[in-house]
Amino acid sequence: MNQVTGVELIKACSAIGAGLAVIAGIGPGVGQGIAAGYAASAVGRNPGAQGEIRSTMLLGQAVAETTGLYGLLVAILLLFVQPLAK
Amino acid sequence: MGTYMLAATDVDFMVHGLFQYEIFGQKLWITTTHVCTLIVMLILIIFALVVNIKIRKVRPEDEPKGLINACEIIVEKLDGMVINSMGEKHYRGFVNYIGTIFGFILLSNISGLLGLRPPTADYGVTFPLAVITFCLIHYNQFKYQKVKGVIAGLCDPWPIWAPINIVSDFAVPISLSLRLFANVLSGTAIMALIYALLSKFAVIWPAALHFYFDLFSGAIQTYVFSMLTMTYITNAFGEEN
Repeated sequence: MNQVTGVELIKACSAIGAGLAVIAGIGPGVGQGIAAGYAASAVGRNPGAQGEIRSTMLLGQAVAETTGLYGLLVAILLLFVQPLAK
Repeated sequence: MGTYMLAATDVDFMVHGLFQYEIFGQKLWITTTHVCTLIVMLILIIFALVVNIKIRKVRPEDEPKGLINACEIIVEKLDGMVINSMGEKHYRGFVNYIGTIFGFILLSNISGLLGLRPPTADYGVTFPLAVITFCLIHYNQFKYQKVKGVIAGLCDPWPIWAPINIVSDFAVPISLSLRLFANVLSGTAIMALIYALLSKFAVIWPAALHFYFDLFSGAIQTYVFSMLTMTYITNAFGEEN
């Protein structure tokens, strides 16, 4: 096997790090599912307030999604901008 | 170079520089974002001019039809959305701003359907939008709660918490802009990956993904951005207003 240079090693590790960073998507997935579940049961109890429940649910889910998006941003920065390999 | 480089150069969803110029010793670029933003703005301006010309010819006693009817529905929905979250008292001053950012962000997000790179997938577009919101929040905070109320809000449970409250104030525009940016960027990146890496198989079925990532996700994010803007501004009014 040829010798691996430092930059190549850093690039490979960046790819692994990017893969690890998107594991952050688990949290928002669970959180959004819980929010949607409670919204569904709220609609079941009070079908008249469907519009309001839907907008509240979307707002809460969007805020919960932020942490997952931070993980995604880290992954994209590691893969395409490669700040460590410079 | 290995094969991984081949894949990395084929996948292309970054901002491209088109034209370089120099001002005050700084090298700056006209990028695809500028061009796409201008196209989006041109579409909005032409739409506004056409509606303006048409609406001048309409007599109030006629039944609205066609384009005018659609515009009335849009304006009514926007009014209803702003009244719902800001209240009757304040909505007049904000419905224009909310309507403007709603139209701009929505058209930017779905401009991926026109073959453009969505302008909102550039942090340089979403961050100024969030900074405008940040300025509005604090302008209204000082206007309605006065300096005394703002200081009282900063020292909310105890004065020791003031630094934490200041940090959380500054986190608002950052999280607001990153949310929109990362959502649109993730859609753009996934579409670019599909077109680059599955180029032989990506025939027709990516249309369904375009529907999800451009239309559905774009509309949701537009709604969320304007909704959060309204929520933050309404919080800035204070309790008695």
